[in-house]
Amino acid sequence: MTLILAFTLFILAVFLGIELISKVPPTLHTPLMSGSNAISGITLIGALVSAGSDHSTLTTLLAFGAVTLATINVVGGFLVTNRMLSMFATRRPAKKMGPDT
Amino acid sequence: MNRSDIIELGYLIAAVFFIIGLKGLGKPRTARRGNLLGATGMLLAVLVTLLDQAIVSYWVLLAGLAVGAALGGVLAVRVQMTSMPELVALFNGFGGAASVLVATASFIQLTDLGGVDDQVSVAASATALIGAVTLTGSIIAFFKLKESMKWTGFGGIRMVNALLALSGIVLSVLVVTDPTNTTWLWALVAVGAMLGVLVVIPIGGADMPVVIALLNSLSGLAASATGFVLDNTLLIIAGSLVGASGLILTQIMCVAMNRSALAVVFSASPSSSAGSIDPDDVYAGKVTSTSAEEVAMILDTAGRVVIVPGYGLAVAQAQHAVREMTKALEANGTQVVFAIHPVAGRMPGHMNVLLAEAEIDYEQLIEMDEVNPTFAQTDVAIVLGANDVVNPLAKTDPDSPIAGMPILDVDQAQTVVVIKRSLSPGFAGIPNPLFAADNALMLFGDGQKAITDITKALSE
Repeated sequence: MTLILAFTLFILAVFLGIELISKVPPTLHTPLMSGSNAISGITLIGALVSAGSDHSTLTTLLAFGAVTLATINVVGGFLVTNRMLSMFATRRPAKKMGPDT
Repeated sequence: MNRSDIIELGYLIAAVFFIIGLKGLGKPRTARRGNLLGATGMLLAVLVTLLDQAIVSYWVLLAGLAVGAALGGVLAVRVQMTSMPELVALFNGFGGAASVLVATASFIQLTDLGGVDDQVSVAASATALIGAVTLTGSIIAFFKLKESMKWTGFGGIRMVNALLALSGIVLSVLVVTDPTNTTWLWALVAVGAMLGVLVVIPIGGADMPVVIALLNSLSGLAASATGFVLDNTLLIIAGSLVGASGLILTQIMCVAMNRSALAVVFSASPSSSAGSIDPDDVYAGKVTSTSAEEVAMILDTAGRVVIVPGYGLAVAQAQHAVREMTKALEANGTQVVFAIHPVAGRMPGHMNVLLAEAEIDYEQLIEMDEVNPTFAQTDVAIVLGANDVVNPLAKTDPDSPIAGMPILDVDQAQTVVVIKRSLSPGFAGIPNPLFAADNALMLFGDGQKAITDITKALSE
């Protein structure tokens, strides 16, 4: 991939991100942050290749650390976001049952 | 179709999942599905990556995946909702650290193989710097959020930061011009780490929503920069999506405080510029204190009650007590809503998460712009652990450190009950004339106990 192509992707994705997020209600600020943070754990896929390429002890150690930390970020991030969002969700049926109370 | 085509195609599909997932996270109805879509995209990306022919041994990566998944799972399941800001800060830091490690490991590999070009070295420098700042900045934010760090830096800290930033630039140039010497890259990581510590150290608690949103953005940008090192499209796309969404959140927080992100990060805490008003002049002889029983009597006849939560709610862990009081009031025919200031608490949306944990309906949480015109028709406003976000000085005193910050107009309510430990100032370090207003009653004490006492008195 040429540098200019990589830059094109970067800039377009930034604009896309801004469009996607620009109108988010405050209730979702925290889940959005932890969910998007889990996505930024995508660095995991780079870590996996490094950890598996068996290049030298140093790079394998570094990559092992990277896989571990990125996996904590990914698994923990998605799980905790789901936990928060399920708290938001559980109350909805209850509200429908008693709209006048 | 060969292996690398399959991998690229898998990455494209994962990117689409991330985009739809992020879009879903922006609406209450679709948020949970959006998060699941994001997780699915991540799983797909990991699975196709395992097809990569550069992977010759699976033991190390499987061990890392297992350890990381176990630790992440335990953290996510066990965290208290009141500690959510700390956890988010910690995850941001881990993401930044992972990017630094990947970029340095790949850089060393490429140096050994002689494949370092300018794109790789520039991107590795950017990753080292951004990722290291994200890591140590997040760790400091973590300790500040835990309230276990009171140190706010030293004189001349901004000078040191400027020097560090300058040496970061010099080291980046050295990495690019002399890529075979990996010492420069490690030195750059060290400088970034110091910079992260020293930039976040002077920032006070109430500015934390801005800091966390900014660190969130940086963790994405670090991943994106790693994508330039590895020539990996998915890293570039996903990282910049997160970088952009973090920037938007930062912007929202800044507007809510009427400060710029640069002012938050690079200026000293606002309390240093305060002190032009003597608290005694504001409070002397004008503060009326009250009791839980008296508050319950006022609430008994109230038709509409607005509760204004702040960071004190989280500290006192009073969210469940508040739910009980809300129920008691509603059983009495009183309408209860919550007025949420965008920067109440220590991270974006902090109050919403706490109140959701206590099973308070999010339809009852009203945003500032919507709730402000209704205070005039409100019988009782209960300020619970909030201070600066209800300080009328923001409107009346142009010299105040919070001048121009949008506030909740609780003073327009018939009666304002402020539940607070003492008359001590909020983060901005200025007295609050609201506490001395004719219609304001102070209920001194622990938030949780005060609310429980009111609920008890209501039911008697």
